[in-house]
Amino acid sequence: MNDKKQTLLALICLLPAILFLGVFMVYPMIDVFTYSLEEGYNFASQSYFGIGKYNYSYVLHDPYFIRALKNTFFIVLITVPLSTIIALIISLALSSVPKLKELFQTIYFLPYVTNTLAVGLVFMILFRKTAYTDGMINVLINAFGGESIDFIDGPYAAKMFVMCLYTIWVVLPFKILILTSALASVDPIYYKAAQIDATPRWRVFTRITLPMISPMVFYLVITGFIGAFKAYSDEVALFGTDLNAAGMNTIVGYIYDMLYGNSGGYPSYASAAAIILFAIVLTITVINLLVSRKTVFYR
Amino acid sequence: MKIILENLTKKFPNRNKKEKSEVIAVNNFSFEIEDGKLLGLLGPSGCGKSTVLNLISGLEKPTSGRIFFGDDDVTNLPPENREVGLVFQNYALYPHLTVRENIRFPLENLRGNRKLTKDQMEQKVLEAARLVQIESLLDRKPSEMSGGQQQRVAIARALVKKPRVLLLDEPLSNLDARLRLQTREELKRIQLETGITTIFVTHDQEEAMSICDSIVVMKDGSIMQHGAPQDVYDSPENLFVAKFLGSPQINVFEGQIKDGFVYIEKDRVIELKDITSFDKKQGAPDGNVFVAVRPEGFITVSDPGDDPIILRCSFDKMEVMGRDTSIICHNPAAGSAVIRAIIPSEDRPVIMGSEVCFKLKPSKVHVFYTE
Repeated sequence: MNDKKQTLLALICLLPAILFLGVFMVYPMIDVFTYSLEEGYNFASQSYFGIGKYNYSYVLHDPYFIRALKNTFFIVLITVPLSTIIALIISLALSSVPKLKELFQTIYFLPYVTNTLAVGLVFMILFRKTAYTDGMINVLINAFGGESIDFIDGPYAAKMFVMCLYTIWVVLPFKILILTSALASVDPIYYKAAQIDATPRWRVFTRITLPMISPMVFYLVITGFIGAFKAYSDEVALFGTDLNAAGMNTIVGYIYDMLYGNSGGYPSYASAAAIILFAIVLTITVINLLVSRKTVFYR
Repeated sequence: MKIILENLTKKFPNRNKKEKSEVIAVNNFSFEIEDGKLLGLLGPSGCGKSTVLNLISGLEKPTSGRIFFGDDDVTNLPPENREVGLVFQNYALYPHLTVRENIRFPLENLRGNRKLTKDQMEQKVLEAARLVQIESLLDRKPSEMSGGQQQRVAIARALVKKPRVLLLDEPLSNLDARLRLQTREELKRIQLETGITTIFVTHDQEEAMSICDSIVVMKDGSIMQHGAPQDVYDSPENLFVAKFLGSPQINVFEGQIKDGFVYIEKDRVIELKDITSFDKKQGAPDGNVFVAVRPEGFITVSDPGDDPIILRCSFDKMEVMGRDTSIICHNPAAGSAVIRAIIPSEDRPVIMGSEVCFKLKPSKVHVFYTE
């Protein structure tokens, strides 16, 4: 088969995927970008006043957006590193448990197959303070001599604490799954070699284990960042749909509210916010990739 | 460092848990290696050679028995305190580290008064690299090197901390034939230069014979014979050792001892008192025996006349290979389908008919009573 024929065949094979991606990914992205530049766009009449960067200026000066931006960054910066480190510690512990390993792995994976709303409900029961009960956690705090705090409707720090705890809890199982399999794929011969050379345990971890599983850690960090920037359903699970009132909105939540929420009907503002989110995620991912060139080892 | 193994036994639990029996990988193993010698541990795969090595390195704990390095009893010492260097079969170089970092790795682990400065480490790395001649490759990653080069790095990494004992687990099996030949000479040179007591595991008898000061032949976890390579080759203590050493393989016949002579079929082939390796002390009772004859132990006789001592075989073909000639023939008493006799090409006989007659060299014939 000559080159031209082969290229043609490849294109035909790729065509369905290209079509789908074009219709459902590329076209909407371009569309969102144009919306974000059209000022005062109206759904009903499909008309707008003019073209400019007013939508961006509005969004960036909207206190709700600033709040959402701050919340999102806070959640990202706290939960991504913490969940990865905790998952790594648990995976290391799991891989050094000789007995009942499968049982423990199953237990740690259970949250993954549980509905996030159900998990959110349990968190609410544990943390919420109502007229009838202070909730389980507050009972514990009282037992240690602390004062009851309302984690769901109370101070911002308490709400953010529950939010981060919940996010980490939800993302942990997948990370543990990936990391335990990554740890299992390291050839034990390297540990034997290290043992013969009297390598201290910490050095075995930092100089052998960590570099060997670095591609997987990096994968988890990148997908973790992207996932955390797109957080929305977790917030709804804990604080209900009126996130602006709770002060716990995220960027995706803000976009949703602009489109369909109480203040809905502003596709231009939503589009501008979406483009800003896209720019942020892109920047962070590029930074991640640049850092990974020096730290991640691929075979 | 002199190494002594005393009644070393290693049992593994059976994989099939329903069976209570244990697998004995190493059975009552005792030997001694003089300081600075190179010992070859030789046997077919699965005979427990690597287990012996793991026991010496400490990666496995013996079920019973003791291990001494010099006067120190190291039986209960964990591997990190034994100061051994181990070269793994697949080298186990850390793939994400450069050659320099790989060789330096053991040095960075030294603590207390043995702790080295950066300069001292660099100097030792260079020294080790020079010994195995890879100074120019120090900044490469293992994946950017050939098998032979990786193998040198592995040896350098094992030697850099000046171990008391160097252990090599089938170090040549991943190399191609030419490189293997070259590397085994190299191994011998490095061992002589450093004077470190070395144990070398292999299933290749030629490898072991060519470079080792002494060899231990193993079968099913037990020692079959221990001695200098030539001695083991010249006077094997049992049929297994006779068959395992030597290439091409020794020819084995079923025969009898009768009245001080060895018979194969009806042929009287050699007088028992001539056979050098035969243990004369045990007397020579009549009985069934295996007669093992090295390929180079045959002398062709063109016209036997009525010589009373001769071995007659049916001639198949002749393979001329320059210096030597192989005569391929068969005999109903032989344990294998063909008998291979190797003779110098200038002694090549003219073979008339379908029969070839041999005299046997007494030093190349070994007789073992059948059980």
